[in-house]
Amino acid sequence: MIYYLCFVLFLIGLYGVCCKKNVVKIILGLWVMEYSVNLFLILIGYRKNGIPPILQPNTNIVEFSQKAVDPLPQAMVLTSIVIGLGILALMVSIAIRLYQRYGTFDITEMRKLKG
Amino acid sequence: MNNGEKGMSLIVKTVTRWIKGFIFLFGAYIVVFGHLSPGGGFPGGVVFAATFILITLAFGREYALRKIGKVLASELDSLGAILFLLIATLGIYFTGVFFSNFIEKYHPTGNFKLFSAGIIPLCNLSIGLKVGACLFMIFIILSVVRVIFEDGKGKLITTEKRDKK
Amino acid sequence: MVEIIVGILLVFMIIGSIICLETKDLLSAIIAIVPVGYFSGIIFLLLGAPDIAITQMVVEVLSLIILIRATIRRDLTTIEEERDFFGLITTFAFIFVFFIFAMEALRYLPSFGTPSFTLNPDAPSNRYLLNGLKETGAGNIVNGIIFDYRGYDTLGEATILFTSILGALAILRVYARKRSKDE
Repeated sequence: MIYYLCFVLFLIGLYGVCCKKNVVKIILGLWVMEYSVNLFLILIGYRKNGIPPILQPNTNIVEFSQKAVDPLPQAMVLTSIVIGLGILALMVSIAIRLYQRYGTFDITEMRKLKG
Repeated sequence: MNNGEKGMSLIVKTVTRWIKGFIFLFGAYIVVFGHLSPGGGFPGGVVFAATFILITLAFGREYALRKIGKVLASELDSLGAILFLLIATLGIYFTGVFFSNFIEKYHPTGNFKLFSAGIIPLCNLSIGLKVGACLFMIFIILSVVRVIFEDGKGKLITTEKRDKK
Repeated sequence: MVEIIVGILLVFMIIGSIICLETKDLLSAIIAIVPVGYFSGIIFLLLGAPDIAITQMVVEVLSLIILIRATIRRDLTTIEEERDFFGLITTFAFIFVFFIFAMEALRYLPSFGTPSFTLNPDAPSNRYLLNGLKETGAGNIVNGIIFDYRGYDTLGEATILFTSILGALAILRVYARKRSKDE
């Protein structure tokens, strides 16, 4: 059930990318898709009543491995979030250049002004 | 949003002057204790960048650029990346494997101390430096548009211009 | 209990993202993306991922600063759009078909609360949890995975950050050859 809600968030982001005419709204739709994918990866790795995968000096390792949540999706999502920030910086710089070149953020206007 | 030159009001400037050391210390704590408690190189580097972005927003762009220029930020960024690659390549020299934890293999210290876990604290430091300098440079780039000229004799000169619209 | 709280927060995130994409004011749209990230960070904390939660919160603040700083101009805060009905209906039909297929595919995942490494004793996460402290020496297993077991992925990630900054600098730089010829 929770996976369906996460996927609905992804579809809302997809609607934002496909249907909107303002460049900033397209960037925001892509950013919502990014959030939903990171959330989905962490949702897959959750164990019921689990503890975070961080060892303290006096824990029993065998008991820890029975109760910890999955550490591998967390490692993947950690780099994915920071990569998303780099992607956002690149998209915003493209948006700035489009505004300087065409004077508007509207993509239908950009199509008309070509040539 | 025309607060690039003069900065913000007096209250914001005073509070920033007190608080910027603590935020920097928090970022350093997250980076250095990355192998023992949650955190690591990536969130610590982003907090480093947030310190300098706070200074830029509160005091104006010129003050922040006098503290850390664009050239210095770009050099720190490259230095962090080269340091990370150097640590990875030293693994080939000591053992035969790229990116192996050679300090942990040959000089293992005890667990849960600050100087344990081999190359992991060094990697945390270099990644924290790289990410922090990288994101600060992005912020500076996005808030000013650089115009690069070439004058008649083939030399490149740079002038800073705010965008005209 | 955790399931109910995560479900409620996800419903808030869905409402927030719909408001973000539908509002006519550009500043409100950028501000409405913030609760999506904030509740996402709280969900990460509830699901036992504290360093992901730290990273998400800080990255979300920085992304808000970047978006506001670079796209709000003095003269452009409201936008008007005309509806394009054909495109809208086509997109909705496509999204509906996508959702039907996804419902079929998501049924085969194990239920929420049993990750797949418990069902399969050969999975690498079992080895990471049992031998992580002995082989890497790090107490934080996620950091041990990033820099020791999966270090090559971190090298790729540093390269991606470097390249995206280089690309942003290159895009925002070339302005002036035509201008120096005009002037």
